[in-house]
Amino acid sequence: MSATTEIVFMLNGAERRVGVPSTMSTLEMLRDMLGFTGTKYGCGEGECGACTILVDGASVNSCLMFAVDCAGRQVTTIEGLANDPCARVVQDSFVKHGAVQCGFCTPGMVVQSVHLLATHPHPDELSAQRAIEGNICRCTGYKKIVDAIVDAGCAVGDRS
Amino acid sequence: MNHAVERYLAPTSLTQALAVLAESGGATVLAGGTDLMPQSRAGRVKFARTLLNIRRVPGMDMVEVADGKLLLGALVTISTLVDHPLVRDHAPLLSQAADHFASDQIRNAATLGGNLCNASPAGDTLTPLMALDAEIELVGLDGTGVLQSRWLPLDGFFTGPGRTQRKPNELLRGVRLPVAPDDQKVAFYKAGVRPALDISTISIAFAARRRDRAILHDVRLALGAVAPTPIRARRTEALLEGKALTAELVRVAAASAASEATPIDDVRASGWYRKELVLNMTQRILEDVGNN
Ligand SMILES: Cc1cc2nc3c(=O)[nH]c(=O)nc-3n(C[C@H](O)[C@H](O)[C@H](O)COP(=O)(O)OP(=O)(O)OC[C@H]3O[C@@H](n4cnc5c(N)ncnc54)[C@H](O)[C@@H]3O)c2cc1C
Ligand code: FES
Ligand code: FES
Repeated sequence: MSATTEIVFMLNGAERRVGVPSTMSTLEMLRDMLGFTGTKYGCGEGECGACTILVDGASVNSCLMFAVDCAGRQVTTIEGLANDPCARVVQDSFVKHGAVQCGFCTPGMVVQSVHLLATHPHPDELSAQRAIEGNICRCTGYKKIVDAIVDAGCAVGDRS
Repeated sequence: MNHAVERYLAPTSLTQALAVLAESGGATVLAGGTDLMPQSRAGRVKFARTLLNIRRVPGMDMVEVADGKLLLGALVTISTLVDHPLVRDHAPLLSQAADHFASDQIRNAATLGGNLCNASPAGDTLTPLMALDAEIELVGLDGTGVLQSRWLPLDGFFTGPGRTQRKPNELLRGVRLPVAPDDQKVAFYKAGVRPALDISTISIAFAARRRDRAILHDVRLALGAVAPTPIRARRTEALLEGKALTAELVRVAAASAASEATPIDDVRASGWYRKELVLNMTQRILEDVGNN
């Protein structure tokens, strides 16, 4: 059994203090220790993007990140985006475009889209496609998701 | 799972980090974790007793130009290589290669130092950096606790798949390379079965200066995933050096590059297919360089 390390970090804007085994992934910490099950376990090896979270504003696969490395950082999960104005626009756009079917990929897709829009408020189709290269969807065929992201881009951009 | 890590440390100075590495039993270095996490879970990497996170060591994520060299700290992420204006301006070949790397989420986490120390023959920053004459800095503490630094050419750093010249008590601190001259032509090609999230079947990095009358100088051709380490195709470089690209020379050089590749058969491709890729893609790269 590996040693447990106590870490302090910001999770969705609130300070958290937890003891985590040194080799635990951030995904396991979020889902199994803290109960934040919006972040999904798809492959556990960086291929599917269902586990995407934001760390200090950048999107990463939480299954590849050591939980101990969260210490001192700002971690945002899909739950933390519930009231985020940009994420709201993205979510509404996903609904409008029918970009959600079974929904398993959706949290990761939305977090990744929010990260894209933070740096590229008006993505074209190609940049939307490139942004979700690391996110697998087994249902939609991607077209509706890309449309939803491009459209959300317009909406977010228009408000600013 | 075989996780016997007894201690986790995230030192905030380089000397502290090196002191931990120098202890008997050593330490497993953690940067972005994108190799370490899957490799340790698959049982391909065994943890030392100490897990040493180097991401809190200040200054190791620098991007700087000084004395005609671009300096990149080991903790620079692949995303930074794609986006940073100094990298785009002074090492466009490296920027291009970084753009073909995995996915956005992995580029945001993965570090340059991790890519080099992981030493996969298919690592995507390895061939461009070899083609750009990069050197790396290894640092460690000597017996009396004094910091020692050594610079090595990147070409020669790799000794086998997953193996390098780095000693267990050393960290890779950074990389330096000459800033791209104005007349430099570069090209990067990565073959995979899909555009994203694919480990290279082969990769080719080309750099050369082209002065008047289309003559090539300082030709570099580095090949990835065709041998136990990334390699420079030196015979092909010599064929091209000081010459203007003719259709005949392109043909001969492409055949030469394929003959310098000694690939294996594996899950991604057969050795025969890899050699064909090297032949055809070297030809295409040289034709493009000749036409532009
Ligand atoms: C799904 C997936 C796709 C991938 N796609 C690609 C791809 O397209 N191209 C590619 O090249 N790679 C790819 N990789 C591999 C990986 O992302 C890269 O090799 C990455 O650059 C590793 O960096 P890291 O910071 O995450 O390293 P870590 O996992 O933290 O470390 C890697 C190794 O290097 C050692 N190390 C790290 N930094 C240092 C240092 N400064 N000094 C000494 N030792 C050090 C560690 O101990 C470890 O052994 C992929 C990985 C995954 C999971
Ligand atoms: S669960 Fe992390 S990428 Fe699939
Ligand atoms: S909606 Fe089912 S996986 Fe994307």
